[in-house]
Amino acid sequence: MVTRAVVTEAAVWEALAEIPDPEIPVISLVDLGVVKDVAVDGERVRIEFTPTFMGCPALEAMRTQMEDAVTALGGEAQVEVVLDDSWSTDAITPAGREKLRAAGFAPPTPRAAGATTLVQLRSKAFRCPYCGSSETRLDNIFGPTPCRSVRYCESCRQPFEQFKTI
Amino acid sequence: MPERSRADLLLELADDELILGWRDSEWTGIAPFLEEDVAFSSIAQNEIGHARALYELAATELGTDADALAFDRTPEEYRCALLVQRRLVPDWARTIARHVLYETADAIRIGQLVEHEDAELAGIAAKIEREEVYHRLHAEMWLARLRDEARYADAVEELWPFALGVLEPEQRPALAERLGRPEVEAVERTAPGDEFAALWSEMTTVRRSAPVGAQW
Repeated sequence: MVTRAVVTEAAVWEALAEIPDPEIPVISLVDLGVVKDVAVDGERVRIEFTPTFMGCPALEAMRTQMEDAVTALGGEAQVEVVLDDSWSTDAITPAGREKLRAAGFAPPTPRAAGATTLVQLRSKAFRCPYCGSSETRLDNIFGPTPCRSVRYCESCRQPFEQFKTI
Repeated sequence: MPERSRADLLLELADDELILGWRDSEWTGIAPFLEEDVAFSSIAQNEIGHARALYELAATELGTDADALAFDRTPEEYRCALLVQRRLVPDWARTIARHVLYETADAIRIGQLVEHEDAELAGIAAKIEREEVYHRLHAEMWLARLRDEARYADAVEELWPFALGVLEPEQRPALAERLGRPEVEAVERTAPGDEFAALWSEMTTVRRSAPVGAQW
């Protein structure tokens, strides 16, 4: 009889931390804060996962990758998508924010009390991920994916992508 | 009038978001400039994402799945407001008028759902609201640009009764107040018309042509 390795919660978290976001591969699913909970019962691994933006087409890809990661550990995954309001961009870890910035995506600003306003988007609160200048302007609220806006840095004259705060 | 069930409420909302998402996506590639191509495509993607979540919630109650609700019903079975059914391409003024009207109306009903006693519904509404904030900011920017244009004013005038029809009668005074317009007779949700039939036909083509049980 083959003895199967015991799957531990720590091992699952470690494996999930290796899975890149399909659309922004510099950051992992754990960095992104979308893995809500991991529960292990023998070989069965239950993962609670919450999407970022609701129309995100990467949802299925993420689910498959998480299942594959658990299978590789010798477990059997059950990935549950939780559609509640528990995710905001504040859930992105400090390490995740730094990885975003290093890759040229300005990390989201912390959520203020109340909804984002045009005055805020047009304020100097957004720093260029390349040169650090706060002399940046909003070019488009929307960008290449639902989670990004497009801004322009007046100092180093680079357009850059800004992770929206939600 | 019998009280609407939760599934009815969810289907109305989901149908509005799905069909508006389709109408917005008709600008992809042909908007007046690139930024708006990106914006309307992104807004469309969000709206369809909201529809998916709402259909999923309705589907668990109705014993079906989200795709079946989105694509397997007959045109007569959709409950979307007539405002979102209208094909407005290539009229930018009317498109922006609908955008401003719809987002304002939607903010009122989503705002109420966030407070709903049904925690599941309230949770999804709150998640939707996080994204809708950006739709409203986009609409607000365009309103500032077009508000003094006669074409825009005419478009709002024309679409106003349709906008009232997005909301329940008791929610309509709030919309009239927010927009500073008189409450007129609303164009109610009725069986979809010819414009919708053409959209439905296009929207469901792939689904209808695929063998039952096809996996994508």
